[in-house]
Amino acid sequence: MTETSQPNAPKPAAAGGSRAAMKKELPERFKSYKHVWVFIEIERGQVHPVSFELLGEGRKLADKLGAELAGVVLGAPGGVETAVAECFAYGADLAYVIADSILANYRNEPFARGLTNLVDTYKPEILLLGATNLGRDLAGSVATTLLTGLTADCTELDVDADASLAATRPTFGGSLLCTIYTLNYRPQMATVRPRVMAMPERQERPIGRVITHSLGLVEDDIVTKILGFLPDRDATKANLAYADIVVAGGLGLGAVENFQLVKGLARALGGDYGCSRPVVQKGWLPAERQIGQTGKTIRPKLYIAAGISGAIQHRVGVEGADLIVAINTDRNAPIFDFAHIGIVADAVRLLPALTEGVTRRFSPHTRDRLAG
Amino acid sequence: MHIVVCIKQVPDSAQIRVHPVTNTIMRQGVPTIINPYDLFAIEEALRLRDAHGGSVTLVSMGPPNAEDTLRKALAFGADRAVLLTDRYFAGSDTLATSFALASAIAKIGATYGAPDIVFTGKQTIDGDTAQVGPGIAKRLGLLQLTYVSRIASVDPEARLIEVERRAEGGIQQLRTQLPCLVTMLEGSNTIRRGTMADALKAARAQVVIWTAAEAGIEELTKCGLRGSPTVVKRVFAPGSRAEKARMIDPGTSARDTADALLDAIFAAQGALEADVAAAQASL
Ligand SMILES: Cc1cc2nc3c(=O)[nH]c(=O)nc-3n(C[C@H](O)[C@H](O)[C@H](O)COP(=O)(O)OP(=O)(O)OC[C@H]3O[C@@H](n4cnc5c(N)ncnc54)[C@H](O)[C@@H]3O)c2cc1C
Ligand SMILES: Cc1cc2nc3c(=O)[nH]c(=O)nc-3n(C[C@H](O)[C@H](O)[C@H](O)COP(=O)(O)OP(=O)(O)OC[C@H]3O[C@@H](n4cnc5c(N)ncnc54)[C@H](O)[C@@H]3O)c2cc1C
Repeated sequence: MTETSQPNAPKPAAAGGSRAAMKKELPERFKSYKHVWVFIEIERGQVHPVSFELLGEGRKLADKLGAELAGVVLGAPGGVETAVAECFAYGADLAYVIADSILANYRNEPFARGLTNLVDTYKPEILLLGATNLGRDLAGSVATTLLTGLTADCTELDVDADASLAATRPTFGGSLLCTIYTLNYRPQMATVRPRVMAMPERQERPIGRVITHSLGLVEDDIVTKILGFLPDRDATKANLAYADIVVAGGLGLGAVENFQLVKGLARALGGDYGCSRPVVQKGWLPAERQIGQTGKTIRPKLYIAAGISGAIQHRVGVEGADLIVAINTDRNAPIFDFAHIGIVADAVRLLPALTEGVTRRFSPHTRDRLAG
Repeated sequence: MHIVVCIKQVPDSAQIRVHPVTNTIMRQGVPTIINPYDLFAIEEALRLRDAHGGSVTLVSMGPPNAEDTLRKALAFGADRAVLLTDRYFAGSDTLATSFALASAIAKIGATYGAPDIVFTGKQTIDGDTAQVGPGIAKRLGLLQLTYVSRIASVDPEARLIEVERRAEGGIQQLRTQLPCLVTMLEGSNTIRRGTMADALKAARAQVVIWTAAEAGIEELTKCGLRGSPTVVKRVFAPGSRAEKARMIDPGTSARDTADALLDAIFAAQGALEADVAAAQASL
């Protein structure tokens, strides 16, 4: 964003001008746009958890605006019912539903058409989608068709005094964040990555208002055909993003061998392990272990970061952790600005001592011995 | 076949440093590179051309010095390169970027033959939105295949393409018609080393440079800052947490230090003790 010399980077607009100066009055045709929508992502019968996280966030935005929160469900008849019930359980006031067998599995054409039609008909002011492969595929098409703004991978959403959506995301390269607005267009669209927002409390509630809409397409209208689906072999394996305890190592560990120490502590704690981006770039761990803006976002109960400096791109991926513990040799490392517990120490020595300490504390074997 | 590949020039992130005190980007002298994700798109395009004949056209929107980046990309063996550069494009968000690129691709089609496939990378390493590919597809009315991990087959006569697409929990196998837009997943191939002949050709090649007008863009209000519905308002450093981290004093031995740290962890998150004990029991 400081790249004002780059033609293709956004700049803080209107030098010296306030936002009020940039904001023309909202064009008349957008004035009727009201309420907050969350696109409910269904993949093979399952609602993606990011949709619930967005309903939680959407609820807060809707309450600030004095608006309603709607879940938008597109799927096959028989597949949408549970998703609709879940919308209400996670706080929606109403649901918009298109049930059509064409929507049994995700394809861009019918989903983009269906969602665009719903927006044109019912006019939401805010539309949120998960920044998953599906959500990004769909959001990019819909925003382009509607010619409105789309802010990617937000880490914070808020409503301003003038009721516009303030979408905050990290900026490239530096330890900086930026807030992006879609001032003169509606809906204001944003995507948010899984686990960035907290999972709201689920509360059994009766199904409320459901507005059904038809897709208006037949299968022959759709060019793209699904030939098959090859499920991942390890699809059932627990996923780093959802682990309760995560231990991660950074460049400060110095060598690939030292990641055994990270894995060892993670194993002793019954948790999972990850790393910062340079560790992936060095080939020390595979990309699926990367935590941060361009890796996984985690929200564990305990996060232990060893030899990680705490750059913003890493920070945004771990900030949702209940307890952040930082081990770093540099007492001025930025990670101590957002860790809850810190220790200035050599991680290469401390990690094995921690693993041993955990074993001493909890292993039934040692306990029996202590008791005996 | 005529294949168009969109590539973006980005700063080399590995070389970017943040000033430790002012928290701003120290950009001076940071070299620029081809967006790494775009290399997979270039390679896939070259493979299809090698298999089916035809040509590969590279296109980039960027500052004048993006010509060097295009020339480097030409050395992999692409047939021609077009640079879209104009001050009217300054400040483009993804909607304005996809408008400019779609317009240029339409002009490329009129000049060098309509493209059968337009490739983009999955995303860039700077803007990182993954929105430009879908934007171009929508504006050109192309079918869109995103996050493609493998192109299983292309039949230029029957106008059909079959791909594998990365989805949640597995791979979707899709068939659609040409022309289409494909965004290529990282790791789907390995970029070739260009031949010496290609390198020599690239060094001498004339990169085609178009202004907005030369790309046939008449509606300048759809370009740059004016054509961008998103507005970047505030750029700021993240605040520190109100409470400072509780610093644990290192003990005299690593063992003491570890115990002190574990005491602090379980004092703060007592509920975890049972989980960890269970994990230990199952080891
Ligand atoms: C577009 C973009 C996206 C990015 N996305 C991500 C992302 O998703 N995830 C991510 O992590 N990064 C990401 N980055 C990179 C990020 O900016 C930082 O460069 C990176 O997080 C730094 O990794 P690090 O902390 O491991 O290494 P460094 O910053 O080099 O830090 C190493 C730390 O280890 C400490 N140390 C050294 N020796 C020891 C020791 N023996 N014991 C303990 N501590 C020691 C040092 O004091 C230092 O604080 C991204 C960057 C860009 C530009
Ligand atoms: C930190 C930061 C945050 C931003 N956030 C947003 C945002 O939330 N919403 C928004 O609308 N804009 C945003 N922008 C602006 C956006 O980066 C620019 O519009 C940019 O021109 C294209 O977007 P991208 O880099 O995200 O590309 P992506 O959509 O990630 O790129 C996908 C592919 O499109 C092709 N491509 C992209 N740009 C070009 C180009 N100039 N020339 C040729 N091919 C190209 C490449 O093949 C690339 O792999 C942001 C910019 C920055 C620096």
